[in-house]
Amino acid sequence: MSCLASLSDYGLRAVGVGERLLPKADISLCEQFVLIGSGLIWNIYFGVLAVALGFGFSILLALGRASQQGLVRRLCGGFIFLFRGSPLFIQFFFAYEAFVLLPKIGVELDFGLFVLSAETRWLTKAWAGALLVLFCNTSAYTAEIFYGALKAVPSGDMEAARAYGMTGWQRFRHIIFPSMLRLAWPAYTNEVIFLFHATTLVFFSGFPAWRQSGDALYYASYFADKTFNPFIPYPIVAFYFILLTLLIIGLFGLAGRWLNRHLPQAVRPRYRFRLNLLR
Amino acid sequence: MFASCADPSILSGLHWLACYLTTAKHISFYSSFGTVLLLLALAAPAALLLGFAGALADRSQNWLLALLGRAYIAMVRGVPDIVFFLFVPIALDQAVEYIRNILFCDERAASVWQGNDFVVCAAAKMPLSSAAPFVHTLWGFVLALTAFAIVFGAFAGNVLAGAMRAVPRAQLETGAAYGMTDRQVFRHILLPQMWIYALPGLSNLWMILVKATPLLFLLGVQDIVYWARELGGSKTSAYAYPHPDWRVWYFSGLLVFYLLLTFVSERVFGLLMTRLGRGQALQGARQQGALGGVL
Repeated sequence: MSCLASLSDYGLRAVGVGERLLPKADISLCEQFVLIGSGLIWNIYFGVLAVALGFGFSILLALGRASQQGLVRRLCGGFIFLFRGSPLFIQFFFAYEAFVLLPKIGVELDFGLFVLSAETRWLTKAWAGALLVLFCNTSAYTAEIFYGALKAVPSGDMEAARAYGMTGWQRFRHIIFPSMLRLAWPAYTNEVIFLFHATTLVFFSGFPAWRQSGDALYYASYFADKTFNPFIPYPIVAFYFILLTLLIIGLFGLAGRWLNRHLPQAVRPRYRFRLNLLR
Repeated sequence: MFASCADPSILSGLHWLACYLTTAKHISFYSSFGTVLLLLALAAPAALLLGFAGALADRSQNWLLALLGRAYIAMVRGVPDIVFFLFVPIALDQAVEYIRNILFCDERAASVWQGNDFVVCAAAKMPLSSAAPFVHTLWGFVLALTAFAIVFGAFAGNVLAGAMRAVPRAQLETGAAYGMTDRQVFRHILLPQMWIYALPGLSNLWMILVKATPLLFLLGVQDIVYWARELGGSKTSAYAYPHPDWRVWYFSGLLVFYLLLTFVSERVFGLLMTRLGRGQALQGARQQGALGGVL
């Protein structure tokens, strides 16, 4: 089979388009490359949505953690601790089992004409359930980063803002938020990279791959099982992820430059690989 | 376990629960927590050693060694660690069997990879198919441990290489000015001072290692995740202790276990950091700890 044929058969297999059966015998290099690449769609889906949605929530969490109000502070701190202190792998398992039980434990709402019970069923599917877990997880990690940056905003800046008579919201909008983002950006870049890496866990942790539509690693381990040769599929996954990582570093580097555009070159914080963010 | 548990069907309430929680399978479940702790106890020093070797190679004058060291400690930056966890045990297993295939087999197949199979003769199997089940379990654990040591060695290499770079250059140059050789500078100036810079990174690494232990399940070891799924699944009345799907309770137990483990570790490292940092001007190290947190 030619490479173009496998591209049209398996290029969008991960989202259910194309050939239904996965290759079983005489697996060619092309098929491995194409199918694993198509699995990457899921990794990007989980990563992009979790990061985009988690960004807003994490700012709220970080502000809550720095709040004067004891209850808000404890709640936000507890949420952050819960998701940072336990393994993502266990969170996935726990969430899946909980979502499976949901419709059985009286979330059923009887409206007389119809019963609203199937509504939670979609949470047991990876596209929603795993996304929810990843969203909470990245929000907690990012909130911790933003909280650290929040504490690091120079107090002189705050005093100057107060001297200018800025209100609380104005201070946040014009002083705290930009400084926080700027200070946190290298660490945040790192978090995003590791979040994308963490998306490979989804289909190994409870969430079933519906109709064998899985992510890149799911297909790689499928090939490793079928050919008994791990030396081809896993390096292919590694190759795709290195590309993805470089892309993230590039994009976030551009954004970081924009955030620091008012500063001279030498004092701009730069991205450095940091470890503290693997789950 | 207890004599009064002989007939579970007539038990009820707390008594039933007590008997249920002390079945032989539950004892295996509890001892698998020991497996996890054993893995942590063995993987942490092994990873530290490998990481140290990697960081040393990274600094080496020999370009080949430096290249190898750099490649090793850089490999975890772009590739998800789970890929390594899936790859290393199977690759290692095949490498061992391949070598044994060359050593012990009289008749060798043309290629070890034939279609959907990995072909070696019976004498080359590792462990031998006649070996006791215990040996198979042990071999599985050793493979998993090696995977952990290699992956976390690369992480530790990053931390230690960073810590070596963080020791002020002036200190090393002072050593050289006193006529110390490179080896002496390393032994007497760099090595004693690097640990305080490495500690925030290493404590993070410990947390990461703790949170990576459930991945043992992926490597086929009967760990706590395996038993939680096994025991929690709904049991029909064919079993001695029938119950509905309780997996969510078992997993919440695991969640609490890990939260406790990370909580205690965080406290211990916090104390260690204050103790080691006493009387040292370490803005850099302290900042690393503050921004991003230890956990």
